[in-house]
Amino acid sequence: MNQTSHNTTTSTDTSPAIAFTDLTKKYAETVVLGPVSGEFSRGGVTALVGPNGAGKSTLLTILGRLLTPDSGTALLEGVEIRSMKPTEVARKLAILRQENGVNARLTVRDLVAFGRFPHSRGRMTADDERHVDEALGFLGLTDLSDRFLDELSGGQRQRAYVAMTLAQDTDVILLDEPLNNLDMRHQVGMMRRLRRAADELGKTIILVVHDLNFAAAYSDRIVALKNGTIAASGAPSEIMTGELLTEIFETPVAVHVLEGGPVAVYAGL
Amino acid sequence: MSLSEATSAPALAGRTSRVGWRTRMAIAATLAVACLTVYLLMRTGADDVLRWDFQFGLSFERRLRTATAILIAAFCGALSTVLFHTVTHNRILTPSIIGLDSLYVLIQTVGVFLVGGRFVDNGDSVPQFVAQTAAMVMFAAVLYGWLFSGRFASLFLLLLAGVVLGLAFRAFAEFLQRLLSPTEFDALSIKLYGRLTAVNADLLPIAGIACLVVGVIVWQRRRVLDVLLLGRDPAMGLGVNHQRELTLALVLIAVLVSISTALVGPMMFFGFIIATLSYQLAGDWRHRATLPMAFLIGVIMLAGGQFILHNIFYANGMLTVIIEFVGGILFLAMLFRRRGTM
Repeated sequence: MNQTSHNTTTSTDTSPAIAFTDLTKKYAETVVLGPVSGEFSRGGVTALVGPNGAGKSTLLTILGRLLTPDSGTALLEGVEIRSMKPTEVARKLAILRQENGVNARLTVRDLVAFGRFPHSRGRMTADDERHVDEALGFLGLTDLSDRFLDELSGGQRQRAYVAMTLAQDTDVILLDEPLNNLDMRHQVGMMRRLRRAADELGKTIILVVHDLNFAAAYSDRIVALKNGTIAASGAPSEIMTGELLTEIFETPVAVHVLEGGPVAVYAGL
Repeated sequence: MSLSEATSAPALAGRTSRVGWRTRMAIAATLAVACLTVYLLMRTGADDVLRWDFQFGLSFERRLRTATAILIAAFCGALSTVLFHTVTHNRILTPSIIGLDSLYVLIQTVGVFLVGGRFVDNGDSVPQFVAQTAAMVMFAAVLYGWLFSGRFASLFLLLLAGVVLGLAFRAFAEFLQRLLSPTEFDALSIKLYGRLTAVNADLLPIAGIACLVVGVIVWQRRRVLDVLLLGRDPAMGLGVNHQRELTLALVLIAVLVSISTALVGPMMFFGFIIATLSYQLAGDWRHRATLPMAFLIGVIMLAGGQFILHNIFYANGMLTVIIEFVGGILFLAMLFRRRGTM
């Protein structure tokens, strides 16, 4: 578990950012998650990896209280999420799933401004505007801020959504496959920005990633799920072994050290 | 980035008109008032000439009732449709298309079937209207709450389920109507639903008050409604209690549809037309603009249409037919334009 706190400005409360106990979720008698328990300490980037159907997104969605688990509890900074008011949660935790289309013609700025809703309830103050500007700047969207969402490329739109979650100014950010639809360059750009958000802004970032090498290069901790339970978790160097990954993904994986970091090779083996 | 600004600026100016949403609203409001005034105060005389008429006699009173009904019908159609579009996160289905007004007709028919002609013919229509609206709210909240709880992932499955439900309500109501005695059927068909030109005047005060109450509730929630445009998950992520908003909205929609069906009868595509036009013309995507704009477009369409049909084509009562015809074509056009993308 990563204990290197990048930022000491987060509250003195020592409870983990998120802790969960015995979470389970079934769809039509098929168990997709759990029972699974664990916790995410404050600060840093955590990557959830695993094969399709391992329950990564389900776990993330439950922790982001968008999905009700069949059993089990999840605590946000020591308080049970389901006992908190929706707005209260929204000021501490932001979640972004794959985008599902807005039913209006919004500009990038309009969308990012929605991130302030838990704080402003729609009446934007100067402070809210400042947060929006910062989030736009952080994701390099300042020049695009007056463009309509439907005029952007998939990657730009994805960045706009991440900017919205950042403008929400929460301690914890959950991202479901934020690298989807991005090309190589934008994947790297996105991971760098998320890394910076954790390092400079002290955010706790938990994300689902498919590409093991992005998980290894940019996260402090990797949690590997398989069949709805946690198969392994630890620092990238602990998880990135050929033996472990081969077992988890049920396909041959070799790990080499390149440019100072572990790199998984799985194509063409 | 001066280059990209230079190249994108003209495109931007060409795409979005510079007319602000407040100006657009003022224009629409002026047009709506003009249409109502003309409808109320101009008449075609015996010599086929259209002129101002300031005799406030019986005919004026009748037109005043119709004008009030137009205001209420436009209000109900605008609010129920825009609200419905927002909370269900689609812009194709409307309460009328998925059969909410058929449900109202069915509830009335079942009432007559079980209680007899007394159900609609007891002289005082207000308590009965209240009871029917209450029943309608209950059924609509349960049934459509279930339908929109997220079980039907695809919009087209929802459309299918909704349209089939609406057809089923209508068919079942018609079946029951055939089993009624002729007297009961008469009582029902007179009271079943009004028309713009034959408004049930007893209901106007209570309908107006109900509209005001619903309007105030919706207006206070307009910023939450804006967030709901993002869809269920993003809205929940921003702290909106989605289930509560959906249920509240369905209750309000049921009240609005009851009022409008009782006053002027079912109009399947009216709400769809005014909401769709409002999204295009309001100049702002926020509900502060789209809600009032849809209402104003509704007033312009009903008052202007009624005036033209009455005074130029002498075709009183044809308005709803024309609205359904035009609305149906617009609905198909929107369906084809979207082609599966939601």
